[in-house]
Amino acid sequence: MKLAARTIFASALVIFALLAPAGSRVQAAGNLTIAAASSLRYVLPDIVRGFERQYPQARIEVIYGSSGKMRTQIVNGAPFDLFLSADMAYPQSLVDQGMTTGQVQVFALGRLAIWSLRRNVEGLDVGDLLAPSFKRIAIANPVHAPYGLAARQALQSRGVWGPLYARFVFGENIGQTAHFVLSGAVDAGLIAFSLILSPGMTGKGSHTLIPAELHKPIRHGLVIIRHKTQKPVARAFAGHLLSSAVHAILQRYGFEKPELSHADQP
Amino acid sequence: MPTSPELAAVWLTLKLAALSMAILMVLGGPLAWWLSRTSWRGKVVVEALIALPLVLPPTVLGFYLLLMLGPNGAIGGTLEALGLRHLAFSFTGLVIGSVFYSLPFAVQPLQSAFQAIGNRPLEAAATMRAGPVDRFFTVALPLARRGIITAASLSFAHTLGEFGVVLMIGGNIPGKTQTLSILIYDQTEAMQFGSAHMLSASLLGFSFLLLLGVYAMNRRFPVGLK
Repeated sequence: MKLAARTIFASALVIFALLAPAGSRVQAAGNLTIAAASSLRYVLPDIVRGFERQYPQARIEVIYGSSGKMRTQIVNGAPFDLFLSADMAYPQSLVDQGMTTGQVQVFALGRLAIWSLRRNVEGLDVGDLLAPSFKRIAIANPVHAPYGLAARQALQSRGVWGPLYARFVFGENIGQTAHFVLSGAVDAGLIAFSLILSPGMTGKGSHTLIPAELHKPIRHGLVIIRHKTQKPVARAFAGHLLSSAVHAILQRYGFEKPELSHADQP
Repeated sequence: MPTSPELAAVWLTLKLAALSMAILMVLGGPLAWWLSRTSWRGKVVVEALIALPLVLPPTVLGFYLLLMLGPNGAIGGTLEALGLRHLAFSFTGLVIGSVFYSLPFAVQPLQSAFQAIGNRPLEAAATMRAGPVDRFFTVALPLARRGIITAASLSFAHTLGEFGVVLMIGGNIPGKTQTLSILIYDQTEAMQFGSAHMLSASLLGFSFLLLLGVYAMNRRFPVGLK
C-alpha cells in the first residue's frame, strides 16, 4: 500500500518534470520562428542560410503551410514571430486586429504555372485544359491558399472554371498540390512557378507560365507579429528579405520584383 | 538535445506517448475501477463519453481543444489572464489532447480486467480486514496486471499514431509540436520522399513489434481467474 502510494507520487513527479520544461521554456532572443507560405518552401532555406551567415547567433525555424491556415494559427496564438504570406489580405487582417508591429510589406511577386508529368503542357493556355485528356487537375484550395485563388481567377477569366470543376483535386496548400502532380496522380496542376524551379524539380515534366494578366498579382507580404517582448532579430530578418541580394535569389526561383505601387491592394 | 528534425520528432513523439500513457494510467486506473464496481445508472453515460474518441474524427476533438486552449478559449484565456501562456500550439496542449484521444484505449482494457476479477477475491481480502484502498492495490492491481499492461501499451501505441489532433492544435513546430506523423506529412508535401519513407517504415516496424508484444503476452498469460 505504502509502496503503491509512493509509486504514484513518483510517477506524478516524473510527469511534472517532463512537462515543466516544455511549458515554461523561455525563447532565446536569437530564436526566430517563421510561418511561411508553401510557395516559399524551396527558396526560403537559401535566404535563411544567407541571413545566418550575417547573424551566426540566430536560430531560425520555418513552418510551411497555406497562408490562410497560418493566419488562423496566428490568430489562435501560434508562437510565430514573422508571417510570410503568399498574399496581402491575410497579413493585413492581422494588422487590422492589432496583432502586428508595423504594416504589411510586399517582398515578392509570385507566378502561376501549369505543370504536368503526364502530358506535354508547354505553350498551353489554361483554356486548353478543357481537352478530355486532362481528367484530373490539381489546384490549391482557393478558400485559404492564395495560389488556389489565383488559379480560380485565371480559369474564370478563360471561362473554364465551371466546366472543369468536376475534374479538380484540391491541395491543402500549393506544396501539396505540387506533390499531387509529382506523384503522377493528376494529369496537370496549377502550381507556384517557384516550386517547379526548385533544384529537385527542374527537368521533371513540362510546364508553362500562365500570363500574369489572367489573375490578380500574387503579392507576397510579410508582417512582424507583436509579442510582449519584441525580438530585434525579427526586424533584422524582415530587412534581409527586402534586400537586393535576396531579390536576386527570389528571382532565381521564379519570383518577380514587386512593383512599388500599392494601388490595387486588398 | 537532438539536432536533426527526424531525431527531434522521434524524441518528441516518444515523450508525448510516454507522458500521455503515464497520465492515463494514473487517471484511468481509478476511473476504470469505479466503472467496474459501480451500479450507478448514469454509468452508461460516462462509458459513452469515454468511447467517443473511438468514433469521432480527431479533427472534431482538435477543433474543440483549439477553441478551449487558445488565447480566446475558456482555459487558454484564463491562463492568459493569470499572466501565463495559453496552451494551443504547445507541447502541454498536445499532452492534454493525447490524453483525451487515447482515453478509451486505457480505460476499456482496465475496466474489463477489473470486471474479470469478480467480487470473490476482494470479499476474501475483506474478511482478512483489508480496507478498500488496500484491496485495490494488493488484490485488484496484481490480478489485473494483464489488463494494465495492455492498457499501457495500447494508449502508448495509439498516441504514437496520433495525427488529426496534433494537426489541429500542434502547429508543426520542430522540437515542440512536430511529432513523427506530422513530420512525415510535412516531408511528403516537401516531396522529400526518401526521408518520409525512412520514418514511415520505422514507425510501421516499431508499431508492429509493440502490438506483437501485447498479443504474445495475452497468449502467454490467459486470464487466471474465472
